[in-house]
Amino acid sequence: MSRAVGAGWETVIGLEVHVQLATRSKLFSDAAVEFGQPPNVCASAIDMALPGTLPSVNENAIRMAVRFGLAIDAQINRRSVFERKNYFYPDLPKGYQTTQLAAPVVGAGRLRIALAGGGEREVRIHHAHLEEDAGKSLHEEFPGASGIDLNRAGTPLLEIVCEPDLRSGPEAVALLRQIHALATYLEISDGDMSQGSMRCDVNVSVRPAGDSALGTRTEMKNLNSFRFVERAIEGEAARQIALIEEGGKVVQETRLYDSEANLSRPMRGKEMAHDYRYFPCPDLLPVIIDEAFIAAERDALPELPAACRERLMREHGLSVDAANLLTAERATVDYFEQVAAVCSAGKMAANWVNGELAAQLNKTGGRLADCPVSAAELGRLIARILDGSLSGKLAKTVFADMWAGRGGVDAIIAARGLQQVRDSGAIEALVDKVLAENAAQVENYRTARPEKRGKMLGFFVGQAMKLSGGKAAPGEVNRLLREKL
Amino acid sequence: MHELSVAQMAQGLAAGAFSSLELTQHFLRRIEAHNGHLNAYISVCAEQALASARRADAAIAAGQQGPLTGVPLAHKDIFCTAGVRTTCGSRMLAEFVPPYDATVVARLQAAGAVVLGKTNMDEFAMGSSNETSYFSAVRNPWDTDCVPGGSSGGSAAAVAARLAPIATATDTGGSIRQPAALCGVTGLKPTYGRVSRWGMIAFASSMDQGGPIGQSAEDCALLLQAMAGHDPKDSTSIVEPVPDYCGQFGGPLDGLKIGVVEEYFADLGDAVAARVRGALAELEKLGTRLVSVRLPRSHLAVPAYYVLAPAEASANLARFDGVRYGYRCAEPVDLLDLYCRTRAEGFGAEVKRRILVGTYVLSAGFYDAYFRKAQQVRRLIKEDFAAAFAQVDILAGPSCPAGAFRFGSKTADPVAMYLQDIYTIAANLAGLPALSLPCGAVAGKPIGLQLIGNYFAEARILGAAHRLQQATDWHRAVPAAEGWR
Repeated sequence: MSRAVGAGWETVIGLEVHVQLATRSKLFSDAAVEFGQPPNVCASAIDMALPGTLPSVNENAIRMAVRFGLAIDAQINRRSVFERKNYFYPDLPKGYQTTQLAAPVVGAGRLRIALAGGGEREVRIHHAHLEEDAGKSLHEEFPGASGIDLNRAGTPLLEIVCEPDLRSGPEAVALLRQIHALATYLEISDGDMSQGSMRCDVNVSVRPAGDSALGTRTEMKNLNSFRFVERAIEGEAARQIALIEEGGKVVQETRLYDSEANLSRPMRGKEMAHDYRYFPCPDLLPVIIDEAFIAAERDALPELPAACRERLMREHGLSVDAANLLTAERATVDYFEQVAAVCSAGKMAANWVNGELAAQLNKTGGRLADCPVSAAELGRLIARILDGSLSGKLAKTVFADMWAGRGGVDAIIAARGLQQVRDSGAIEALVDKVLAENAAQVENYRTARPEKRGKMLGFFVGQAMKLSGGKAAPGEVNRLLREKL
Repeated sequence: MHELSVAQMAQGLAAGAFSSLELTQHFLRRIEAHNGHLNAYISVCAEQALASARRADAAIAAGQQGPLTGVPLAHKDIFCTAGVRTTCGSRMLAEFVPPYDATVVARLQAAGAVVLGKTNMDEFAMGSSNETSYFSAVRNPWDTDCVPGGSSGGSAAAVAARLAPIATATDTGGSIRQPAALCGVTGLKPTYGRVSRWGMIAFASSMDQGGPIGQSAEDCALLLQAMAGHDPKDSTSIVEPVPDYCGQFGGPLDGLKIGVVEEYFADLGDAVAARVRGALAELEKLGTRLVSVRLPRSHLAVPAYYVLAPAEASANLARFDGVRYGYRCAEPVDLLDLYCRTRAEGFGAEVKRRILVGTYVLSAGFYDAYFRKAQQVRRLIKEDFAAAFAQVDILAGPSCPAGAFRFGSKTADPVAMYLQDIYTIAANLAGLPALSLPCGAVAGKPIGLQLIGNYFAEARILGAAHRLQQATDWHRAVPAAEGWR
């Protein structure tokens, strides 16, 4: 892989991203969209495709698609058409998927991604269309048979199709993160990757660097994590390059990416030999969107990630990196801003949110929404550092206790007796005791050359802190030691 | 009692001359006596009918009588009825019991009508003779060796034989008007979107339209009054107030311009043409003006229809896959076997023919030549009508090329069968309202006059038909006594 990538080859990547829209009911029925329900509880007669049932379009799904279109500066098509994509599959109840093809709701738009070496690139979005999800086939639970769960059938998806403007796995991930951020800012998706709220099909081809013609592409479907996308792309590019260098030819095909083995294999021909026979769905009228609808959505657009990043840098003096981390999801920004408001220290708030808090969330795999430490409490914790009540090191201990649900900041400080000792008299007694017990080191210090004394002072500070159980204010200890030595 | 019109039944019920229970029992006895031979009903709902009749009598006693309260009727077995099996004339749904009512069924129930049963029909409404029904063909009450027409042959025959005073039906290419003509009754296909399709099992969604069959235009108007109206569950249902259909019956026909469609007489037999022109002469006597009108694209209607209707049907019928409900083949060995045998065994030959045709015309490489071209033809046919209605108020011509034909005489030649609908199909392609009413007989077989109106002009064509029926007796002719009577 390392041999291949960059050795005179360029990788060209296109993505098709499916974002599950956060509507309360389905795209064409009034059944609830809810994750984790028992099978077929969220499936109405329409979702089961009982004879005689008819679809009605969920206006909220249209609204969300329009919102996304406006956010990527896209053409909003005043007239869009739902079509039937015909194929048989047990978890596709109607025998066709209702989707959009010739006239999607969102036309051409663009997104910008930050590049690894600095700078930005514009990625063209070909279009975005609305479609319904299929159900799920359950193969494990029923020996000798398959179960069908139609809870997911009819869930609205926005499929975002981008032009082949990406050149590496990390760039693809940057675009995905960008779309993920937008979806959460616009509140059109919960963005929960683990529940399949965002899935991605990846098209990969390679060509000799400098060529303008595209190579033959392969497609990998249904990747549901940023990490898999990156790995699948790098692996597939390496496979194609190795194949061509050995005199072979890339075959246009759909491949299945196996995340456990980290390799892809071709799907059987039968699985993909489809003629979908698209035609306009006669049960649904064309969707007509008027100027007033678009204007209202435009006016209601929230602050978008790029603007938010600029604002955080301006208002709190944050670095690009810190601001980037905070703005990846709207929920993180909101949390950060509450912390900063409570402690009035933006940079420290950013350090804590991006540092300790993110580390804990990563470790537990939890989401910010389920975070046991409220923004206000984290703000108070930082305030205690700033007013000198806690050292940075002790604050981490307190944070761990807060995470474990052992109470609020002040309660934990009191319970653990963690208040810093700042009383000069008490510290002086400590210092005197350390000096008396280490007479030899005191003598060494006094005869040592000045440039060596800094390190030697550290020994005494350490001893004094140890004696205080970590509670002595380090500045005061330093000051008194210097004075007495 | 079975000779009464719907209005007379309502009067009799109001006056206490008979109860709904007596009326219902009378029709149930007639069904029991004659249905064995005529086969107009697939299911008879005696118990439910008696229960609704009792409820209707209570409502009448309480002074809550509408025009249809306590009046018995039959539903074509294409309308879903909660708790009552709904077969659509197919083995595929021979045991299917819907959990919900079609909007038409619910509206008529709310109007207090009494459902006697579900009428026989061509399988999935595909046929013009009722010979494609899985439940055997209906016999024409005028000549039991002849077909009743189709697909609503059961409804038309039931009304003609007075096994029901009125019946619901559907019309995709002539399925109300052709059997009404062949059985000597009156039937109306409303404007597309006038009657909700919710719960009406789909054949070709862009043309399917429910409507009434009755002994007279007045009975049809009373039934349509209860069937029509906007339904949010059907996106193609139209938000347009429903006029009082009977309220306009008194208006004069003076000056009404009736366009006689020249193309519809070009290949018509002399005897049939004479009956149709005889009825038109009566309309002239009533004050209308007859003018000759051309619909130059008439010859394209049948070919366009037999591309578009099968295309839609091929997708609409994909849901019958043996997975969730309906017929399932015995012991499938795998998924493909389940699909293939379920559909091979569950569907009849004509349905399979249309699924094949529909699949073909939508296939890659054929779409433009067939489906797209047929859509263009459909637009041209609409333009023909628009031009004609700029000159006249109503268009008139024969409903069918001839009277009822013998069983088996056209089954070997599908195209000969398809030509049954040569005069009716254009109204479906254009979405216009059209009715057929009796205008005499040839060799003892009833002939139908067709009146086509502009969009939402149901009241106008019903009014003209009513005035004609006031002045003539053709609609009062009853089948000569035969074995079944």
